[in-house]
Amino acid sequence: MTTPGKTLEIRTSPHILSGYSVDTIMFNVVLALLPATAFAVFAFGLAGLLTLSMALASCVLTEHLICRATGKPSTIGDWSVTITGLLYGLTLPPGLPLWMVAVGGLICVAMGKALFGGLGYNTFNPALVGRAVLQAAFPVAMTTWIPGFVADRFSSLPASTLTLPFTEPAVDAITSATPLALWKFSREATPAFELSMGFVSGSAGETSSVLILLGGIYLIARNMMNWRIPASIFATVAVFSGALHLADPGRYASPVFMLFSGGLMLGAMFMASDMVGSPMTSRGCYLYGALIGLVTVLIRTWGGLPEGVMYAILLGNAVTPHLDRWTRHKVYGTRGKETAS
Amino acid sequence: MRLLGTKTFRHGVHPPESKDETSGLPIRQFPFAPVLIIPLVQHMGAPSIPVVAEGEEVSRGQRIARADGFMSVSMHASASGIVRRIALAPSISGRMVPAVYLEPFPGSTQEVEDGTPCPLETSTSDEIIAAIQEAGVVGLGGAAFPTHVKLQVPEGKFVDTLIINGVECEPYLTTDHRVMLEQSDDVFMGIRYLLKVSGAKKVIIAVEANKPDAAEHLRRNFPGDLNGSVEVLQVKYPQGAEKMLFAALLGREVPSGGLPLDIHALCCNVATTAEIGRLLPLGRGIQERVITVTGPAVKRKGNYRIPIGTPLRFLLEHVGVAEDVNRVFLGGPMMGAAASSLEISITKGTSGVTAFTDSAAERTHSPVYPCIRCGYCVDACPIFLDPSLLGRLAANEEFSVMAERHNLMDCFECGSCSFVCPSHIPLVQRFRAAKTALRKASAPKAGAA
Repeated sequence: MTTPGKTLEIRTSPHILSGYSVDTIMFNVVLALLPATAFAVFAFGLAGLLTLSMALASCVLTEHLICRATGKPSTIGDWSVTITGLLYGLTLPPGLPLWMVAVGGLICVAMGKALFGGLGYNTFNPALVGRAVLQAAFPVAMTTWIPGFVADRFSSLPASTLTLPFTEPAVDAITSATPLALWKFSREATPAFELSMGFVSGSAGETSSVLILLGGIYLIARNMMNWRIPASIFATVAVFSGALHLADPGRYASPVFMLFSGGLMLGAMFMASDMVGSPMTSRGCYLYGALIGLVTVLIRTWGGLPEGVMYAILLGNAVTPHLDRWTRHKVYGTRGKETAS
Repeated sequence: MRLLGTKTFRHGVHPPESKDETSGLPIRQFPFAPVLIIPLVQHMGAPSIPVVAEGEEVSRGQRIARADGFMSVSMHASASGIVRRIALAPSISGRMVPAVYLEPFPGSTQEVEDGTPCPLETSTSDEIIAAIQEAGVVGLGGAAFPTHVKLQVPEGKFVDTLIINGVECEPYLTTDHRVMLEQSDDVFMGIRYLLKVSGAKKVIIAVEANKPDAAEHLRRNFPGDLNGSVEVLQVKYPQGAEKMLFAALLGREVPSGGLPLDIHALCCNVATTAEIGRLLPLGRGIQERVITVTGPAVKRKGNYRIPIGTPLRFLLEHVGVAEDVNRVFLGGPMMGAAASSLEISITKGTSGVTAFTDSAAERTHSPVYPCIRCGYCVDACPIFLDPSLLGRLAANEEFSVMAERHNLMDCFECGSCSFVCPSHIPLVQRFRAAKTALRKASAPKAGAA
């Protein structure tokens, strides 16, 4: 007969866990971003590779050093800063001077994340905080786009990439316009196939909508992303821009163009749906997505900038706590009763 | 085969069911331990008062303790033997409780002594309620609330629907499953008693879709004299909580702080119902119960009819446990309570004994991360609380804010939030602590119990 001779462990229930963990979720988001990342390198060659590497390295290093400086164990193992680094890099124009990329990475993590209290406390999406600061600080460099798929992209670099800090970047002879800019400033629509596949100019990882969608669908299938957020954004953009397009097709771009151009796909799938900055209730998620979709179309159509996804998401992040409060569930058994909020 | 259960409640979680290893095993009689430790507090309410003395010989089924008031029940000897002593014994709550130490006679045939029968046809409601209390019947699903108390329908209230709870949503456990298959006649007899007492017009037997054989068996044998049905529910935790059953089957919600009677419903566990149907016609009391002994650390898993008072040590030695057993809990892994000692014994509220090994327990040792607002807990909570918010408030010890503004007291501690939390934040554990702190603060200053 065997009697357990050792000490029994006492804990309170539940004694089993679902097996989902923050680091596994974050790691899977990184996996889901890999196709779009690989495409960015494929399309923009060395410039894309260097931009992404610098973005990733500056974010991860900043987080590590901040943890060290504050005497806490390093949190880079939870993969969340890897997502920030990748997303930030994917939203940058390839060919952006690398020193600017590094400065932005530092801002992403230091200001966007650590200042708010680290993982889980960052009100705004850290990648977008860094990008927004760069957009304000270096408006020209942030809207200078190099063309993708040039023949010697793996053997040469655009002159701007290696600009020394605090010097004016040399603007390449060959620059290119994004589909959104083409539409905004010359009413020129890019064909849907080129748009969705990514054979266009733009930020490093925003060009191939198909690969971004693929990554998003993987996360949704694994219940690691709330599908309601991208669905609500897409639906709002489609309906709003569709109505405008019907009213005046010459002035307003088609919904297909709106959905597949610029940063909408990447923003809706990977940034708006970031768990930390988005609402927790289902109804909150629908409203949040609708707000982001609405603001995106408003900025793109009537704003001074060709692209507005970034500001739309940051605005969504800001109202998230309120959305959560407004859409809080009625607790079981309290229907018809007065409950304080 | 799996039935398609469509009815359910909103939210909830899907823990691995882990029932396959025992669901097909028939109920077997468990041997008597050398000493049975029968606690006098096996139910919610006042401890029973012993009516036997140390050194007294008792026969199996004989009453050994009487109810102390209405919120209490009788207790019966689990074996023919001799009362060695009446002294304190460890209990699952962590407190020492008074208990009867009974030493079974080795050579006894262990015939059960019958008492005064309570026939269905000729007994009044009050007589049946008294008989249920006398038989020592408490909720066998785990709560151990005295059944006769909840059957007492006060003046001005009425019950229209009786729900028999055969859901058994707790992973690993298969006792209700086996009872429905092997004791369906007892279940139907119990229903007749319950209908008569409560005045309910119809009965619904609720079974989860992972027990198609039980649902089928009950449907085929459903007696013509009973007005009711067998409903198959979606497999989801905590489907077996009575609040969830009312929502799933009747579309009604028990008002916050209220009772099922407020929505004219009554819910009774299927094993409890079977015991009422089995014991009352014979005038017997509960002296054993069906328990699933299971878990990765158990060698001979099964469904056993185990004498009340069997110490865990004897039980585990008999079924065999792995060397690296790490945790033993009474009940299943979602709501079961961890045993701090193997001298704790089986009581009426023990629906299962689950033993985990080191490796099975490993996953609960994961590091705690900050809340990433994933919302899994919000989507899991069956009563629509915001566990994420409550967890943050609890960490700041804002207990009264939790209760007054965020309905903490409505939480019935199913543990779904902690189960899904990818940050491994001990949410329900914090809520328990918060509720305890609030109760202590509001309780009148009384002498130590």
